[in-house]
Amino acid sequence: MNIDYVAKLARLELSGEEKEKYGKQLTDILQYIEKLNKLDTSNIEPTAHAIAMKNVWREDIVKPSLDRDGLQKIMPMMKDGFFKVPPIIEQ
Amino acid sequence: MKKLNELKIHELRNMLDNKSISPEEIMRDVVSCIDTSEKNLHAFVKCDKNGLIRSKKPNGPLSGIPIAIKDNMCIEGVETTCSSRILEGFIPPYTATAVQKLIDAGAILVPRANMDEFAMGSSTETSAFGPTRNPHNLEYVPGGSSGGSAVSVAGNEVIASLGSDTGGSIRQPAALCGVVGMKPTYGRVSRYGLIAFASSLDQIGPITKDITDCAILMNVISGYDPSDSTSANVPVPDFMKVLGQSVKGMKIGIPREYFIDGMDKEVSAAIQNAIKILQGQGAEMVDINLPHTEYAVAAYYILATAEASSNLARYDGVQYGHRTKEPASLIDMYFRTREEGFGPEVKRRIILGTYVLSAGYYDAYYLKALKVRTLISKDFSDAFKKVDVILTPTSPTPAFKIGERAEDPLQMYLSDIYTISVNLAGLPAVSLPCGKTKNKLPIGLQLIGKPFDEETIIKVGSAFEEATKE
Repeated sequence: MNIDYVAKLARLELSGEEKEKYGKQLTDILQYIEKLNKLDTSNIEPTAHAIAMKNVWREDIVKPSLDRDGLQKIMPMMKDGFFKVPPIIEQ
Repeated sequence: MKKLNELKIHELRNMLDNKSISPEEIMRDVVSCIDTSEKNLHAFVKCDKNGLIRSKKPNGPLSGIPIAIKDNMCIEGVETTCSSRILEGFIPPYTATAVQKLIDAGAILVPRANMDEFAMGSSTETSAFGPTRNPHNLEYVPGGSSGGSAVSVAGNEVIASLGSDTGGSIRQPAALCGVVGMKPTYGRVSRYGLIAFASSLDQIGPITKDITDCAILMNVISGYDPSDSTSANVPVPDFMKVLGQSVKGMKIGIPREYFIDGMDKEVSAAIQNAIKILQGQGAEMVDINLPHTEYAVAAYYILATAEASSNLARYDGVQYGHRTKEPASLIDMYFRTREEGFGPEVKRRIILGTYVLSAGYYDAYYLKALKVRTLISKDFSDAFKKVDVILTPTSPTPAFKIGERAEDPLQMYLSDIYTISVNLAGLPAVSLPCGKTKNKLPIGLQLIGKPFDEETIIKVGSAFEEATKE
């Protein structure tokens, strides 16, 4: 596993020490997982959910949303009722 | 005479109903126990006695009963963190359905039971706020991830609790702490307001002092919820009805694959003894095979981490929770917020989950594991053509020492070898105490049922409990 690449995909800034430690531990785990290759699954359907369900619809009725002013209390940074984040596009 | 905090829901209910005690007296004993025990046990992330949620309903089935809530279930206005730095200070704007049902039944909520960070762990050592200790021996782990929920009940700090179970997180700590823990069928209890770890596996369930209390809480928290699209719209029976019923003629499956060399000798002896007791009650033991058992842990750690890496992508510092100080750019904010907010086990699992979903590896890992999941489910449906319920140990060993497996994640993952398949197949299962080791550490017995047939495992559990009453 290229841990730098995967950590970047996961948006995790790992220290050198963390990379070394997790890299070794994950290698052990991946080796253990290899045992699945002993099984022939060529004619087996995948199961994403144990209890079969599909197309769970509901009536399209407008209901009250969570209170916007209340939500601002849990936002790390806000301005005029919007989420405030650092610049996305460089000037 | 026992103190009130040492009693069960059904015992307290009778005393409350005939007015021999008041809810204030229960709270007095509960608060006094928390005051003396909590510094040793650390069952709670934070237990603010002024923050108890007292339901206003005087005549509900849980009126006056203090119940601990795992720190991953949202309670409006009460800090909820999943025992993670990344959610420190997060005050949910709404309440989880299962918790609301407790409030509607009159319960007194005691938030917030400690847990492995984001429910990732089998020992409650990965909590960002320090480990919880096993009340039977403070040097030992309580199991996890619902360690705080199990310990608060086993240590008599509350009467009962709610935990959540993704791969054994209710049953394994219940076993290691000597209490009763049930993972209901996937979809039986609403997940609305349960902070997600692996959405296709997570399920809320009760941890109690006996099977009667388990049935009482199942009656309260079960049921269809339109706010959870995976909630099952099926009728909910009265789980109390089967208590005390005979198990004569019932067929109990014993899976050969679960009785392996790695199993602790004292655990094995306790399970054999439990089998004899149930035979004595007239149940018939049937040898069964669950041939894909040895692949369950591998499939689970692909699927659970894949789902977790996706679910935990939401912790980016934008909307709520921790945000790093003075980020240079948006992307810098994502990286540093997540690096600072997540602990080691969560990072490991996010990396593993991201890897198995990444381009070029999806088929080899994720899709493969989904297919193995089909095989594991089919093992159970085949077995349930022959038997009514399946009996296994809950955990291959009793509690282990704090720190013993912390640096060896694979060894830690194998603690859940008997519980994981049940989540993959979405089945209900309960862990009951079935004895202790020479060192006085509890041993747990697991009963697995057919989908939406919690009644049968409660019935067998009740017969076993009755036959082993001290």
